[in-house]
Amino acid sequence: MSRPSDHIDSAPAPAGDGISQPKLGFVGTLRWFWRQLTSMRTALFLLLLLAIAAVPGSLVPQRSSDPNGVTQYFTDNPDLAPVLDKIQAFDVYSSAWFSSIYLLLFVSLIGCVIPRTKHHLQALRAKPPKTPARLGRLAGFTTRTAPAGTDAATAVASARTVLKQGRYRVALFESPTEFSVSAERGYLRETGNLVFHSALVGLLVVVGFGSGFGFSGQRVLVEGQTFVNTLLAYDSFNPGRFFDDTELDPYTLTLDDFTVSYETANLEAFGQPVDFTAGVTVTPRGGDAEPGAVRVNDPLRTGGTSVYLLGNGYAPTITVKDPEGTVVFTDSVPFLPQDANLTSLGIVKVPDGLAEQVGLVGFFYPTQDESSTGSYFSSFPDLEYPVLTLNVYAGDLGLDEGVPTSVYSLDTDSMEPLATRTSDIQPLELKPGETQELPNGLGSVTFENATPDAEAGDFSGSVPRFASFDIHHDPTQGWVLLFAVLVLGGLLTSLFVPRRRLWVKAIDQADGSVRLEYAGLARGEDPALESAVTALADRHIALLERSAPVVSPVEPA
Amino acid sequence: MNLNELSILSLYSAMAVYALAFIAFSIDLAKRSSAVDTADVESAKARSGEATSVGSAGGTSTLTRISARMVNDAATPYGRSASLRVGVSLTVLAWGLQLVATVLRGIAAERVPWANMYEFAMTGTLLIVTVYLILLTRIDLRFLGTFVTGLVLILLGIAQQYYVEVAPLPPALQSVWLVIHVFVASLATGFFALGFALSFVQLLQARREDRVDTDKPGRLKFLKTLPSAVTLENLAYRTNIIGFILWTFTLMAGSIWAERAWGRYWGWDTKEVWTFIIWVIYAGYIHARATRGWRGSRSAWLAIIGFAAVMFNFGVVNVFFKGLHAYSGL
Ligand code: HEM
Repeated sequence: MSRPSDHIDSAPAPAGDGISQPKLGFVGTLRWFWRQLTSMRTALFLLLLLAIAAVPGSLVPQRSSDPNGVTQYFTDNPDLAPVLDKIQAFDVYSSAWFSSIYLLLFVSLIGCVIPRTKHHLQALRAKPPKTPARLGRLAGFTTRTAPAGTDAATAVASARTVLKQGRYRVALFESPTEFSVSAERGYLRETGNLVFHSALVGLLVVVGFGSGFGFSGQRVLVEGQTFVNTLLAYDSFNPGRFFDDTELDPYTLTLDDFTVSYETANLEAFGQPVDFTAGVTVTPRGGDAEPGAVRVNDPLRTGGTSVYLLGNGYAPTITVKDPEGTVVFTDSVPFLPQDANLTSLGIVKVPDGLAEQVGLVGFFYPTQDESSTGSYFSSFPDLEYPVLTLNVYAGDLGLDEGVPTSVYSLDTDSMEPLATRTSDIQPLELKPGETQELPNGLGSVTFENATPDAEAGDFSGSVPRFASFDIHHDPTQGWVLLFAVLVLGGLLTSLFVPRRRLWVKAIDQADGSVRLEYAGLARGEDPALESAVTALADRHIALLERSAPVVSPVEPA
Repeated sequence: MNLNELSILSLYSAMAVYALAFIAFSIDLAKRSSAVDTADVESAKARSGEATSVGSAGGTSTLTRISARMVNDAATPYGRSASLRVGVSLTVLAWGLQLVATVLRGIAAERVPWANMYEFAMTGTLLIVTVYLILLTRIDLRFLGTFVTGLVLILLGIAQQYYVEVAPLPPALQSVWLVIHVFVASLATGFFALGFALSFVQLLQARREDRVDTDKPGRLKFLKTLPSAVTLENLAYRTNIIGFILWTFTLMAGSIWAERAWGRYWGWDTKEVWTFIIWVIYAGYIHARATRGWRGSRSAWLAIIGFAAVMFNFGVVNVFFKGLHAYSGL
């Protein structure tokens, strides 16, 4: 079958095969090396090595899947981390050593599959092999006697019919004393095996190049905001190596509303979110607006991209005015959730318009509660009793140095705390719709109520929510799926289609009867071989009996 | 008493009955050993009643005599035993109780009962026993009863540590892929568990067969009443490849789910890494069986390592490793 020479079905190599021969020459050495690389033993060794090499990546955080974990690891293990980093322990799956293992494996795979494919194509056109001289030693050996009146040639011809119906490829053989049919089926088994291995190569290639043609980007939207799918609109954007920005389809996506439902009936899971839905409107370029929804586990596919719901939280609307009442800042600011009950942290930076630059560090409690030590916490993630506290700092916001700063953090080192828990003035505390004076007569700050007309005590719509979206484009995903299906299909056929040979022989006996012999040979795992031989014999005899010339029955006395 | 409490009660009853089944199966193994002694004294003629077939050029000779039903080519034929029948009946009873427990848990939670560690353990062990009982109708694997009931008892015992109250599914788990992916993974585990047991007995048997040649008696006498190492190996192989196919499907279904949930089909998350490692180990096992010098005990070790990785993935990775798959419910 042109399998590697150390495959269990290959004949053992003759002694002195290449390996121990003294002078191989250059070509000989190459050939020897190639034979080693494409042997079953090497494939097995590389497979096991691959399994072992994959382990460290689960023990040490990886940059690709857990960048924060890596940073933390460096802080926790300042001595060990740089050493590990040298051996690419934080990038195991793209490391030189991991890559060389799987690349070698795939070279071996290709080297193994090509000769087998050639050989298989020939086998597909070849006739089944000649019937062995003695069937007695083969699997499922069965003998029957043909019904009276059937000659050997007819018996074999009808065996051929039965085998052909069973989708066997058949060949007839004839000698002075006997007729036989040789049959083989299950070429699909080898085909499946070759499809499986080739599809693995395909999978590796598309996965390898796949990320290069796509992009992924993130964008935060507060209820009511709209995003246009262009490069500048993204908060962060990671293009693949071969991605061209002009491919972006400039559709617009508006977050109309964001709804969350919480478990309230089951006390064991009280407050656990049971559904997040971002209600959106999508307008394709030059098309009509269509409503849509993005949910966890249920991305929105539009404009060649997939839009995923990544996170959500509250975005309190905060307005800052100068002492004259002129608005110097107003925006819905996304606050990052800190716990399951959505205690959230947010930053407001007011660089211009006030006597000094002002920074606000805000804590938002959707349902505010007070612990015995007097600190606040949120006891429920929905808006039952929303409270916003603001720590006020004045001084240099650090925006003028040209160093990019995060909108989610504030460096207070060079700022003066005006209202914090440790200063004379305590942090400002506001409920929706309330306004408070900033310290030092700097101005005022308002926590806007989004639904000012709601009944007193009903805060359910008072604070807008935000959703963060992950937007992906990967044109190779369809190919990945295709190869995966081929892998699975190839695997199923190669493991479950039996490949077997069957033989039927008809031998004229001295007494004029015809002796029929049946036997089979498995090529690979074939647990049902023996019953297949018996079934063949049964069907064959049944057919012969039906078509045998009617011999007048002898009445028993 | 609400449905969940009934479920717990039913599960405890199932565990008690499994324990009794375990005892019955153990008694059977002990009886087999004494049966071997008697048979040895009486005569040695019972040996090798059904010799393994003779090979023919080119074919995988050792496979040709394995029919769909198991050939019992034990060195010492072993008759019917009351404790064996009691063991099987008790296992069926315990399985029924566990099925009720699992279904009640699902009804109480109004969803599939495999969304946290406690529930995985409950459904996963139920599937192990289901696969075992189904195989029993086709092949006589009753000698694995101690292993199956023992394993299930241990896993259910550990599961008690991870007990959590009924809770609705968080949005991250609300997907048809939870139903498909996790179920198929558990089913694969059922096949791998039996494949592991068969490979393990195969190793013991191979050692005994080696010893027979050198005439040194072994301690595990009951092995003489079990199929030969070659037969065990073929059974293990067939069980493991079914597990492997299911695992391949698990891996792919997981990727499809990952794409829907996280926007990428593969990201080397810890759980993904271990699913991959297991897949590669079993691919190695299948190769080993087709590699000269590796068929037999060496490939059996790979099946054993593979199952160890499956257990590690379930018991250690879920609980102690950090990753996106943080759904153990702890
Ligand atoms: C990416 C690496 C590989 C993987 C994951 C893999 C996996 C598998 C699997 C699952 C099977 C059993 C299913 C089937 O028969 O189709 C198999 C069979 C086989 N593989 Fe591979 N393989 C790999 C590389 C190789 C290489 C490099 C060779 C050549 C040296 C090879 C040669 C074979 C052969 C000859 C069989 C048939 C075994 C038999 O006769 O039962 N494979 N492989």
